[in-house]
Amino acid sequence: MNRGTGRSKTFARRAAILGGGKVLLLTGLGVRLHDLQVKNADRYALLAEENRINLRLLVPRRGHLLDRFGIGVAINQQNYRLLITPEHSGDVDATLSELAALLELDAETKARVLREAHRAQSFLPVTVRENLTWDEVALVEVNAPDLPGVTVEAGRSRFYPFHDLAANITGYVAAVSEAELTDDPLVRHPDFRIGKSGVEKSYDTQLRGEPGTSQVEVNAYGRVIRELARDEGRPGDDIELTIDMGLQEMAVRRFGTESGSTAVIDVKTGDVLALVTVPSYDPEPFTRGLTRQEWKALVEDPRGPLNDKSIAGQYPPGSTFKMMVALTALDSGILGPGHGVFCPGQMVLGNRTFHCWKKGGHGSLTMVNALQQSCDVYFYDVARRVGVDRIAAMSQRFGLGAVTGLDLPGEKPGLTPTSAWKEAVKGEKWQHGDTVVIGIGQGYMLTTPIQLALMAARIGSNGHAVSPRLTRLKPEAPPDAMIGLKPEHLALVREGMNLVTNSERGTAYRARIAEPGFEMAGKTGTVQVRRITNAERDAKRKLEDIPWAQRDHGLFVAYAPVHDPRYAIAVVVEHGGSGSKAAAPIARDILYEAQRRHSAGLLARS
Amino acid sequence: MSVRDVKRDCMTIPEKLGQVSWGLILVLGLVASVGFAMQYSAANGNWQPWTLPQMARFGVGIAALIAIAMVDVRFWHRHAYLVYAVAIVLLVIVDFFGTVGMGAQRWLDLYVIQVQPSEVAKIALILALARHFHALQAEDVVRFWPLLVPAGLVLLPAALVMKQPDLGTAAMLLASAGVIFFVAGVRLRWFAIAIVLVLASLPLGWKMMHDYQHDRILTYLDPERDPLGTGYHILQSKIALGAGGLFGKGFMEGTQSHLSFLPERQTDFIFTMLAEEFGLVGGVGLMLLYGLVVAFGYAISLRSASQFGRLLGLGLTSVFFLYVLINIAMVTGLVPVVGVPLPLVSYGGTSMMTLLFGFGLMMSVHVHRDVPVPRRPGGHATN
Repeated sequence: MNRGTGRSKTFARRAAILGGGKVLLLTGLGVRLHDLQVKNADRYALLAEENRINLRLLVPRRGHLLDRFGIGVAINQQNYRLLITPEHSGDVDATLSELAALLELDAETKARVLREAHRAQSFLPVTVRENLTWDEVALVEVNAPDLPGVTVEAGRSRFYPFHDLAANITGYVAAVSEAELTDDPLVRHPDFRIGKSGVEKSYDTQLRGEPGTSQVEVNAYGRVIRELARDEGRPGDDIELTIDMGLQEMAVRRFGTESGSTAVIDVKTGDVLALVTVPSYDPEPFTRGLTRQEWKALVEDPRGPLNDKSIAGQYPPGSTFKMMVALTALDSGILGPGHGVFCPGQMVLGNRTFHCWKKGGHGSLTMVNALQQSCDVYFYDVARRVGVDRIAAMSQRFGLGAVTGLDLPGEKPGLTPTSAWKEAVKGEKWQHGDTVVIGIGQGYMLTTPIQLALMAARIGSNGHAVSPRLTRLKPEAPPDAMIGLKPEHLALVREGMNLVTNSERGTAYRARIAEPGFEMAGKTGTVQVRRITNAERDAKRKLEDIPWAQRDHGLFVAYAPVHDPRYAIAVVVEHGGSGSKAAAPIARDILYEAQRRHSAGLLARS
Repeated sequence: MSVRDVKRDCMTIPEKLGQVSWGLILVLGLVASVGFAMQYSAANGNWQPWTLPQMARFGVGIAALIAIAMVDVRFWHRHAYLVYAVAIVLLVIVDFFGTVGMGAQRWLDLYVIQVQPSEVAKIALILALARHFHALQAEDVVRFWPLLVPAGLVLLPAALVMKQPDLGTAAMLLASAGVIFFVAGVRLRWFAIAIVLVLASLPLGWKMMHDYQHDRILTYLDPERDPLGTGYHILQSKIALGAGGLFGKGFMEGTQSHLSFLPERQTDFIFTMLAEEFGLVGGVGLMLLYGLVVAFGYAISLRSASQFGRLLGLGLTSVFFLYVLINIAMVTGLVPVVGVPLPLVSYGGTSMMTLLFGFGLMMSVHVHRDVPVPRRPGGHATN
C-alpha cells in the first residue's frame, strides 16, 4: 500500500531524529533532577528545615531577690494582658467598641490597636492593654462570646512588694536599651527585662537564667502550625540579700520626712542589714516604662530620689572624722594619748582664725576628752602636727576615699585629699590651713554613708578588715584580716566614742541607749554646707529660720553593744541641723531595733 | 478486523470504538491520577477544592476525546483552516477585550465558559500547518517560496500571543511549528537561517517585552538577583526538590509545599510537590509515563497512512512533550518561569481540555489511520 512517496520516508527519518532528541531532553531533565535531589540533597534538605522550623525563645523566670529571712523583695507577679487577634475578630473596630463598654479604653488606645491590626499580619495578636485587674479579666472572660478574637494572656512582670523601701538596693528592671544590646538573642526578646540599677544590675547574669526554646513549625507567612519540641530552659537563681527588711522598713520610717541616708553593717560578717536612702522611688513603674511626667518629677526633685545617697552621696565627714585624726597621731607615734591642748574657742594660724564650735572654748583637754566633747581646736592642733598625708593614709585603712566594694553599682569613692592630690588636681600647693580643717573632717574631705558605717565597723571590730556585702554571693572578709592598728590605740578611740554617748559631757549623751547591754558608742558630726560669717556665728539663728538648702548636715556614726560590738551604723541627715540633734536619735533607734531583733533571735538565725 | 475492512471510508461507531487505542487512554488516566493524588495532598488531604473538580473535568475530557475520535479525520482536514481562523479571531478579541489575569490579557469571558484563545491557537496552528503541508508536493516543500505561507500561519498567532503578552505560549507555538516544518521535510538550511534571524532580532524582542518578562529572564540568568521576589519561587522549588531526595518525604509530608513555601503548588509547581513527596523515584516515574504517552503518539503518527495524519499526530505529540519539557525545566530552574502547566497533572480546566481535545484529534488519526485523505477537500486522496 505504500505508494513509496519521498515524504513519508522523510517523515519517518526526521521523526526518528526528533524522537531521539526528545529522549535526550528527557534524560537531561532526569540528570537535572538527580543533581538536585541526590547530589545536592543535603544542602537543600537543610534549607528546607531552616524554612520550616523557627526557634522561639522562651524568656526564663527571673530570679527573686529575698531578704535574709527569705521575704520577697523583688518577685515576679502574674500580669494579665488583653490581646486581640484581627484574624479571629473579623471587625476589629466593632470588637473594640464592645470592649470599651466593659472597661476603660481611651480613643488613643483604640487608634493604636487599629493601626497595628492593619499593619501586622492578621494572625498576629495586638496588645490592647496591659496590667488588667482581676475584675477586668473576669469581665472579659464572661463576655467572651461577644468579643471574637479577644484573649487574655497571663505574663510575668517584676513586682516590688516594698515599693520605695528598698529601691536603692533592688534597683529596677526595664526594657533593654540600644546600648545594652548584645549578640545574646535573649536580650532582643521583647518580653525580656534587664537590671538597670541596684542588685538587679550587679547580679543580672545570675538572675536571668538560661532561656528555653520552643521549636515551632511555621509556614511561609510565619504562622505557627505546631510546636515540635520545647526546652524550658533554666530559671534565674534566687538571690538572698543580707538585708533585714524589718530593720530596713523601720529605718526608712524613722527618717520621716527628712532627706538622708543610713547604713547598718554587721561588724562580724560585713553583712549590710539596712541600706537606706530617703526619699526614694517605687521601682515598679520602671518595669512597664515611666510616663514623661513621672520621669520628670523624679529627676527634678531637689532631694534626689534616684540618687542612692548611701553609696553615692558624698559628704564631708565632719567631726565623725576625728577618730581618724586621733589614730593617725597615735599610730605614727608623733603624739601620745596624753597629748594636751588648751582650747580657748579658736585657733589663729597666720592671718586666719579657726573657730571651735563651742564659743567659750573647752579649756584643757586630753585626747579622750577631746573626742568626748568633739573639741575642734584640739584636732586643729593634732592635724597640723601630723600632716594631711598621714591622715589620708590612715583614713584609707578604714575604707574612706575609695569604693568599699559593696556589690551595688554606682558607688562613689569619696575623697581623702593629700598634698600631691591638690597639686595634681588643683595645681596649687597644699596650705597649712587646708590641713587644719581636715582635722575636723571638713575642707576637701568627702565620704559616703556606707564608708562611714564601714569606718565605725572597723573601729568597733577592733581593727578587723570588715568588708561590706549585700549578698551571700560575695565572700566574707577572712577573720584574721586586720587593718594593722595597735589594740591600745583603738581602745583609746573607743573609750572616747563611749564617752560621747554614755557620759554626761558627751555630745550625744541625750541620744544614748540607756537599756543595759544595748549601749552604743558613737560620734557626732555637723557639716557646714557653706562658709559661716562672723555675724551669723554671733546671731545664733534657729534652725527653722535658715532656708533648708543652707542648713547643716547632721551626721552620726556608732556601734553597739559598746563592749562587744555587733552592729555599726552611719546616719546622715541632709540639712537636718546638728549631728547630735538630727542624726544621733535616728541612729540610736535603729541600733536599738537591730539589737532588739537580734536578741529576739531574728538576726541570729541564718 | 482486517486491513481491508478499516480502509473502508465508512466505519460504524462500534467499529471505530474497537479501533480506539485504549492503552493510550489508560496511560493518560494514570498520568491524570498522579495529578489527582497531588491535588489531594496540596489541599492537605481534602477532595476539595481541587481533586474533585479536576476528576470531573478529566471525565468530561475523556468523553470529549472519544467523541472527537469518532469524527472522521477528513472532517478535521476539511475544517482545519476554519478552526485556525476562529482561533485568530479569538486572539484578536482577547487582545482588545480580554480579562486581565496574572498580568496578561489571556482570558476571554464568553459568559458561559471562559476561553483561553492561546490554548485554542496551539491546536489550530497544528491543524492548519498539517493541512498546508499535506497539500504540498515533496518537491515544493524543499523550495523556499512555498514556505512563506506556513511561515505566515505561524507568525500571525505567535505575534498576537506575544502581544498578550504570553512568552511561554509564543515559544511553544514557534517550537511546535518548527517540529512540523522539520518532519514535513523542510530543508535544514532554512532552519539555520531562521535561527540566525531569531538571534538577530533578539534585541528588538527585548525592547518589545514587558518589565515582568525582563524580570523573568534576568532572574533566570541570575536567580540570586532577587531572592525574595521572582527568584524566590525557583529557589523554594529547588529547595523542595532537594529536600525530597531519592525517595521523598512521603505522601502529604512535603513541608515546602504544605507550609506554603512553594508557590502555585497545585498548578505550575505541582511537579516539585510530587518530587518532594515521592523523591527522584516519583519524578522520574512520572517522566517515564509521559515518555510512554509520547511513544504512543509516535506510533500513531508513523502508522498513519496520510501525511495530514502523520503531521497532526506528531505535532500534537510535540505540543504535549513541550508542555512537559518546559514545565519540568522551569521548576528545576533550567528555564525562566513562564507559566506553563504540567499536562494533565496541574490543576486547571483549560489546559486539560486543550490537551484532551488534542488527544481526541490524535485518536481520530489513529482510528482513521488507513483512511485516505484527499490533497484538497473533495479532491484525490494522497498519502
